[in-house]
Amino acid sequence: MRRLEPLLAPAVFVAMVAALWLIFMVVPTERQMGIVQRIFYFHVASAWLAYLGFFTVAGASAVYLWKGSAAADRAAIAGAEIGVLFCTFVVVTGPIWARPIWGVWWTWDPRLTMTLILWAIYAGYLMLRAFGGDDEAVARYAAVLGIVGVLDIPVIRVSVRLLHGIHPNVLNQPQGSGLADPKMRLALYVASIAMLLLGGWLAMVRMRQERLASELAALRRLAEERA
Amino acid sequence: MDNFPYLFAAYTAIWIGLFVYVRRLARRSRELEEEIQDLRRQLGR
Repeated sequence: MRRLEPLLAPAVFVAMVAALWLIFMVVPTERQMGIVQRIFYFHVASAWLAYLGFFTVAGASAVYLWKGSAAADRAAIAGAEIGVLFCTFVVVTGPIWARPIWGVWWTWDPRLTMTLILWAIYAGYLMLRAFGGDDEAVARYAAVLGIVGVLDIPVIRVSVRLLHGIHPNVLNQPQGSGLADPKMRLALYVASIAMLLLGGWLAMVRMRQERLASELAALRRLAEERA
Repeated sequence: MDNFPYLFAAYTAIWIGLFVYVRRLARRSRELEEEIQDLRRQLGR
């Protein structure tokens, strides 16, 4: 992982430049939505990365509860932070797109509401980790929250299908969703790869930071024992 | 091009958010490494 971290930074840069070049220089302007449709590419890619971050929290938390692995706990914290960061991008860029298209900044559409709840669950997880201290019980409570919280993602998928919200279904209905041109889909996939690399790099840096924090705590204990 | 400010605002929000987060990560990593070095020196390790 340590060897991969410096390699990822240039890969993120190249992928980001490629994504931005496709979005702003190659992709045609969408007929109905116009120029604001270009928000889609990073908005949707951020949503996928947020989901991946939250699934990482759930998986790593399950491993932590099962085996008590400190590395799994660190992966859960990193996943939650990356997930909340990219979910924040989703809930910020969504209303910016919605204002000119729907005429309102926000509506209590099922997908929007459930995404906001998802953000709140994992923001709560991060607050619990930040203010709960290093107690093992706190880590276990957080792990349970991290696992239960991810159930919101399938609820988002089901609620969109059952409650027929107004949020566009970007991939399943390309003709009506603003991604009709194949170049638009290519831009979305390249933007998603760029975001995935960025998220992976940030997660590695964050996990290294947690490792350093554990090392520092151990050194402090040793210093106290000697004092 | 009427809606250009919305497009600009969305991408600006993402880049500012990323910049702030990466800066915070870098600063925290530097602080941790410095504290570890100080403690190691004190402990003679």
